[in-house]
Amino acid sequence: MNTLIFRTVAPFLTALMMMFSIFVLLRGHNEPGGGFIGGLIAVSALAIYGIAYGVTAVRRAIWFHPLSIAGFGLALSAISGLLSMLAGVPFMTGLWIYPELFGVQVPLATVMSFDIGVYFVVLGSITSIALTLEERDDD
Amino acid sequence: MAAPTPVDLSAALVLTAPLPGDWLLILPPVTMILFGAVLMMLRNRIQWHGGIGVAGLALLVLETGLLLARVAAGGPLTMTMGRWLPPFGIAFTADVLGALMAFVASVAALAAGIFALVDIDSGARRYGFFPFLMLLMAGVTGAFLTGDIFNLYVWFEVLLISSFGLLVLGSEREQIDGGLKYAILNLVGTTLFLITVGYLYGVFGTLNMADIALKVRTIENAPLMTLSALFLMAFAMKAAAFPVNFWLPASYHTPRITVSAIFGGLLTKVGVYALLRVVVMLFPLQREELSTVIAVVAILTMVIAALGMLAQDDLRRMAGFAVILGIGNVLAGIATGTTAGISGAVLYALHSMLTMTALYLIIGRAALLSGGEWRLSGLGGLYAAAPGFAFLSLILFLAVSGLPPASGLWPKVSLVKAALDVGAWWLAGAILVSGFLSTIALARVFLLAYWRPAPERVPGKSTLGRRDQWRVNLPVAVLVLVSLGFGLLPEQPMSLTQSAASSLLEPSAYIRSVFPQKVTP
Repeated sequence: MNTLIFRTVAPFLTALMMMFSIFVLLRGHNEPGGGFIGGLIAVSALAIYGIAYGVTAVRRAIWFHPLSIAGFGLALSAISGLLSMLAGVPFMTGLWIYPELFGVQVPLATVMSFDIGVYFVVLGSITSIALTLEERDDD
Repeated sequence: MAAPTPVDLSAALVLTAPLPGDWLLILPPVTMILFGAVLMMLRNRIQWHGGIGVAGLALLVLETGLLLARVAAGGPLTMTMGRWLPPFGIAFTADVLGALMAFVASVAALAAGIFALVDIDSGARRYGFFPFLMLLMAGVTGAFLTGDIFNLYVWFEVLLISSFGLLVLGSEREQIDGGLKYAILNLVGTTLFLITVGYLYGVFGTLNMADIALKVRTIENAPLMTLSALFLMAFAMKAAAFPVNFWLPASYHTPRITVSAIFGGLLTKVGVYALLRVVVMLFPLQREELSTVIAVVAILTMVIAALGMLAQDDLRRMAGFAVILGIGNVLAGIATGTTAGISGAVLYALHSMLTMTALYLIIGRAALLSGGEWRLSGLGGLYAAAPGFAFLSLILFLAVSGLPPASGLWPKVSLVKAALDVGAWWLAGAILVSGFLSTIALARVFLLAYWRPAPERVPGKSTLGRRDQWRVNLPVAVLVLVSLGFGLLPEQPMSLTQSAASSLLEPSAYIRSVFPQKVTP
């Protein structure tokens, strides 16, 4: 789509949706949200960018191949589960640390890194499908 | 969020730390997922894929082998995910059956992985052969080791999705055609499985298999017959039993031969395993009721498959029917329901994993020798071209038809004996007749493809380099030798399958491993 309005708005919309997807991802720990839905929102952001500027622009923007991103997410999730081996608790048990950053206590957990892994798996695999479909459109 | 305050967790969480050896239970699928993920990240370095993939499969063989040794010595093992007490946490439980299937499956996959170094060219590697193979093995081993019926469904999905990818590797027209049939019919089977799991949850309120096995003894007015019939239908579709087997001959000849080898060796056996685990272990009384149905299905599967083997000209299609023939034999063992019959069925499934993978690889090797010829009518002169390979093929053909010296004899003997013991002479007769027909079919292959002089246009010598020669011959030789060892020294495998069968029919040790507090007599 080559309308001027859309091409002008698309980068802002993409940036906004990307930020929102990260917000949803982090919110998902205690409230509705999470890696899966966050990943889907991020894919929609990339899809909007792709519709406005073409598939090549998206591929350049995300730098890595979508499937490599999915692989990274899968590895991150699997390693999050395996960390409990070091702690002597069964697989996938949530492990927490509570570091103080700038005077604020920030709880971090393997549950969260698992969810971030899910985010990347969804982002990578669905983007890969979306880009392939849009590429066929260009021909 | 504040730091946690001390609460009594013993009502909800597993508080004892797992032993280091317990990790063997979860490691096979997790290792495969990790290797698959790393290979996906290295998608631009396809020259590394082969080495990393084969190393991953070798590691898998090691892990499942250690797991089998541990389970055979110390009884079933359980680990619940996330520390939640079962039945709330998802349990992974391995008994001898699961560990044995996982181990033999990994051996077959390793052999196919080495063969793939030659068979799968860089084009197909770019489509992701090795990552898909790793994820497929994650699904296969996960299905064998899980102790939760919904989790079993999830692993089925994992292996199904990866198998779609492997099936259409290269996206040729014929592959898409075969892939579509495979995909739709398997999705129907999986959906049926999922619906039945939902129904089961509605009836029992639990998905943990040990918990179901406990509750099924006391529950009243439950539609258990419907449940077990639905499960039988769903898993028979997965295992390619007659009348729902038509997807297999329609699709298994289309992909690369290594992919066919992995599919023929492993995928239908996952269906068989699920049948053993769910129908035999969880619904023993209903299986008894259904035994006539299962026996009729087994006989039809065997006879149709044996006739199919005789009728085919394309060797890959013939091997597809050989896979179905094996499924018929396993079903015959399940139909008898005795310890000897189930033990024979498990033994046959293991034998079938090894020999079906080897059969496809031998067909692939023959095609490499003769310049890509798959048709029996076009092959010839293989004995003159490669006598050692012809000798290995002969041993394997004897094994597939159930003759000594390799692994085919003992499972067939146990199955026939078990069928006669319950008075089902017609079942025993069907096993023997179908075995005889498959002997004719394979003897015909040996006669025409090996002894007949080579046709003029076929180059007698293969064009492979020395290193590639090793890579295609080694996996075939290893599989045939394992099968031969199986046949010559049957005591060890048979005692293992015996204990696998008795733990299926009397799962108290399995239940105790999940619920140590509810010790059942």
